[in-house]
Amino acid sequence: MDVITESGAKAILDKAIGYAKADQCVARLNGTHTGNVRYAANTVSTSGSVRDAELVVEVAFGKRVGTSTVNQFDDASLAAAVRRAEELARLAPENPEFVPAIDKQTYAPSKTLVARSAAVTPEDRSRVAADCIEHCRKQGLVAAGFFTDVHAFSAIANSKGNFGYQESSTIDFTCTVRTADGRGSGYAARNTADVSTFDAKEAVEIAARKAKASVGARALEPGKYTVILEPQALMPIMYFLMNGGFDAREADEGRSFLSKKGGGNRLGEKLFGERVTIHTDPWDAQAPVLPWDEEDAPRRRTSIVTGGRVDALRYSRHWAAAKGRAPSGGIGNVVMAGGDKSTDELVKSTKKGLLITRTHYVNMVDPQTMQLTGLTRDGTFYVENGEIKYPVKNFRFNESVVVALNNIEDLGRPERTVFFFDLAFPMLLPALKVRDFTFTSLSDAV
Amino acid sequence: MDRRDFLKITGVSLGGLAIPTFYGRAIAAEELLSTIDVGAKKKLADVALNAAKADGASYCDVRIGRYLRQFVVTREDKVQNVVNTESTGIGIRVIAKGSWGFAATSDLSADAVAKAAAQAVAIAKANARLRTEPVQLAPVKGVGEVSWKTPIVKNAMAVPIKDKVDLLLGVNSEAMKAGASFVNSTLFLVNEQKYFASTDGSYIDQDVHRIWAPMQVTAVDQKSGKFRTRSGLSSPRGMGFEYLDAKAGDKVELPGGAIVYRDSYDMKADAIAAAKQAKEKLTAPSVKPGKYDLMLDPSHTWLTIHESVGHPLELDRVLGYEANYAGTSFATLDKLKDKFKYGSDKVTIFADKIQPGSLGAVGYDDEGVKTQKWDLIKDGTLVNYQVIRDQAHILGLKESQGCCYADSWSSVQFQRMANVSLAPGKDKLSPADMIKGIENGIYIVGDGSFSIDQQRYNAQFGGQLFYEIKNGKVTQQIEDVAYQIRTPEFWNSCVAVCDESDYRLGGSFFDGKGQPGQVSAVSHGSSTARFNGVNVINTARSLG
Repeated sequence: MDVITESGAKAILDKAIGYAKADQCVARLNGTHTGNVRYAANTVSTSGSVRDAELVVEVAFGKRVGTSTVNQFDDASLAAAVRRAEELARLAPENPEFVPAIDKQTYAPSKTLVARSAAVTPEDRSRVAADCIEHCRKQGLVAAGFFTDVHAFSAIANSKGNFGYQESSTIDFTCTVRTADGRGSGYAARNTADVSTFDAKEAVEIAARKAKASVGARALEPGKYTVILEPQALMPIMYFLMNGGFDAREADEGRSFLSKKGGGNRLGEKLFGERVTIHTDPWDAQAPVLPWDEEDAPRRRTSIVTGGRVDALRYSRHWAAAKGRAPSGGIGNVVMAGGDKSTDELVKSTKKGLLITRTHYVNMVDPQTMQLTGLTRDGTFYVENGEIKYPVKNFRFNESVVVALNNIEDLGRPERTVFFFDLAFPMLLPALKVRDFTFTSLSDAV
Repeated sequence: MDRRDFLKITGVSLGGLAIPTFYGRAIAAEELLSTIDVGAKKKLADVALNAAKADGASYCDVRIGRYLRQFVVTREDKVQNVVNTESTGIGIRVIAKGSWGFAATSDLSADAVAKAAAQAVAIAKANARLRTEPVQLAPVKGVGEVSWKTPIVKNAMAVPIKDKVDLLLGVNSEAMKAGASFVNSTLFLVNEQKYFASTDGSYIDQDVHRIWAPMQVTAVDQKSGKFRTRSGLSSPRGMGFEYLDAKAGDKVELPGGAIVYRDSYDMKADAIAAAKQAKEKLTAPSVKPGKYDLMLDPSHTWLTIHESVGHPLELDRVLGYEANYAGTSFATLDKLKDKFKYGSDKVTIFADKIQPGSLGAVGYDDEGVKTQKWDLIKDGTLVNYQVIRDQAHILGLKESQGCCYADSWSSVQFQRMANVSLAPGKDKLSPADMIKGIENGIYIVGDGSFSIDQQRYNAQFGGQLFYEIKNGKVTQQIEDVAYQIRTPEFWNSCVAVCDESDYRLGGSFFDGKGQPGQVSAVSHGSSTARFNGVNVINTARSLG
């Protein structure tokens, strides 16, 4: 699994910038080498590897901007890409929101690459699938899962002499185990930068255990329950909260839950419960990300919420200039503070509640209140007096994430969660115990 | 539909591909209009087919694809993005030792193609070790050299960028003049130039076009701190730029006054209506939760059909192949045998890949099967699923229904949803007639929030416009409506479907499925339909 090296990337970027006659030129080169294996019904369904890279050239004459992309990096292709961008820039009207290329920066590297994670072989992938399938087949269970390893690089440069290059690696694994009669289903997910910390057998055993334990689910009445959301169950919910990046412009425009009645935004206000503390940090040891954002601005460790108070909003370079503030750097990861309890310990301290393994098809209902809907799946259990008593049928919830984060009773140990979508940012999330979580109907789905 | 993908693409930042404002003529328009010579494609395909056979493949298919996409993204008086993407390459799929293998390359030299074919065979042989049963492929008779093209009137790729930008900025200006606080409007244009060849003796050249023009119009009341958005009521279509011709005959005025569209769209008129309706949403009364009779416009129903019928009747989901991601299906094979009552006798739902102007329409699918139309639910009874060649035998079918699709030359083709549509009612019935019989109901126009469980039982849907119906008449616009269903009960509560004159298409431009994820575009037609006694919840919350 190889990608374009730093010197190779720099040569391509320098050459592209060298061809430009415009007032400024920004060039970005990104590439991935991805391997995957997918299995279902206890057999491998697809496997493969894809290598891809793309150069984006962005030039400006004054405030007139043109952009082109190319995936061939020979001299003629690079020169043609730059010429095409310049032709477009000459045709363009002035962009009132134009922001000049960033000055030369010093980016402190983050440890996004673990060499052994970038050296996963087709045999390794096949072994993950075989381990899961064999483990389940022996117990009369049915495995379906996906394992993917990504080795990526990102390189940026501009005509002001700025340059950055960094490689990264990610391992993602998800596995759904079902009983042969379809009455039970369990799930486990793992996300890590370091493949040596990944153990497929350990993960599939958890999914298998939950599948068996979820057979014979009883129906409880919909209503308000104390819930223990495992980190992976919390992930889609936090995604909707963080996906807008706490954007200052949206808030100032009055179309965000962070907008203030009467105008302005809610920066500095206490919006969530005391125990909610969230920050972003490109150098986080467990979930490191690139030290620059999509505008090439350096990312910084930034407190987003402390003790429930909104500490920072995202100011893009344009909006920061418009509002006379410093740009904030985009959020690269989300680190939510937790405690040191395991999920088992959270269960032990629960008088009555529900343990939730996974949430499904979570979607926005009302962005005004961050009201979301979604369902539980693959392991939902009733807890009483600190013990898991029995499996329960899945529920649909309708709940505001803002309300839920005001109802926290306890937090577990944070861990990296798996995200499904391409533009995901890594999230380090604790299990959360939340009171009065609103379920509006039952689902017959297993 | 994967709306997240849509948001991802329309965002100011496209990941590593952040493309800023520009204005002018189309990027290298000549490149968007060119095609690869068919003779050259046949030659290359034969290289792959021969190489695969020589290495021991019992079957091979080759897809040489050139995928062009153009996005124009605007807000208010600014163009945020104009993006042209082009991707060309070859995907080779083989069966060797009874297993599938796949490899793809963007290098279209004969050597690289032969190597990729050999790699596909090697992967197939490696996968054979873990396979329990050999692939059984339903037979397809080779069709020789044929071609098919979406019957477009105006190639959207040939329309100058300036005209597209003028259109969108004009739309935005109308919305702002009508009182909108903000407006985002976008054009998505797709041209798939696909060449398919197989060892069955088919060489199929297809030129597929699609268009979508979504917008969101937002009204903000700073005093109350409230904001509401009304999305456009267009539908994505398998058409050319003529979809934006705004023909007067394609406008439909509904009871209550909302305007919806048939086969062409008046984006400016819809922007003006959206601005007014978004403002009305700010003060519209909140719905009282309870049981209501729902009257659903086709601009809304398409998504309910998509989620609660289209997906559960995909055979790969039924068999567990999507268990880890989107899930399985409640509509298991025993239900087919037992003649499961999926809906009332008013409910006939058909699948097809041939409706003119639909997103799914092609001449042949991505494994060379001629497309067709078939019933999934007949007079309320489950009668069929959607299958591809390696699944047909499971249902005892002698041939595939032609549901195979890959979103790129580099993606392996698999079973994707055909157009799935509710057949119009047989008796003459208009929406104006239908509403007369409803005492306590809600009329829903446009699609909104959506969510469904992993076996497609429990779903929740919102909408764009909600009208209270009392004693046969629309009384007022209301807000905060979502309805919750259990799929079979919902379709069994269908008491009437309007006739063919009301039939319209909605659809999804970015329907996500699979790991790694692929998108596809699919249409869903219906006439206005009535469902009795559906559970409606109030989605309003207060943050204090």
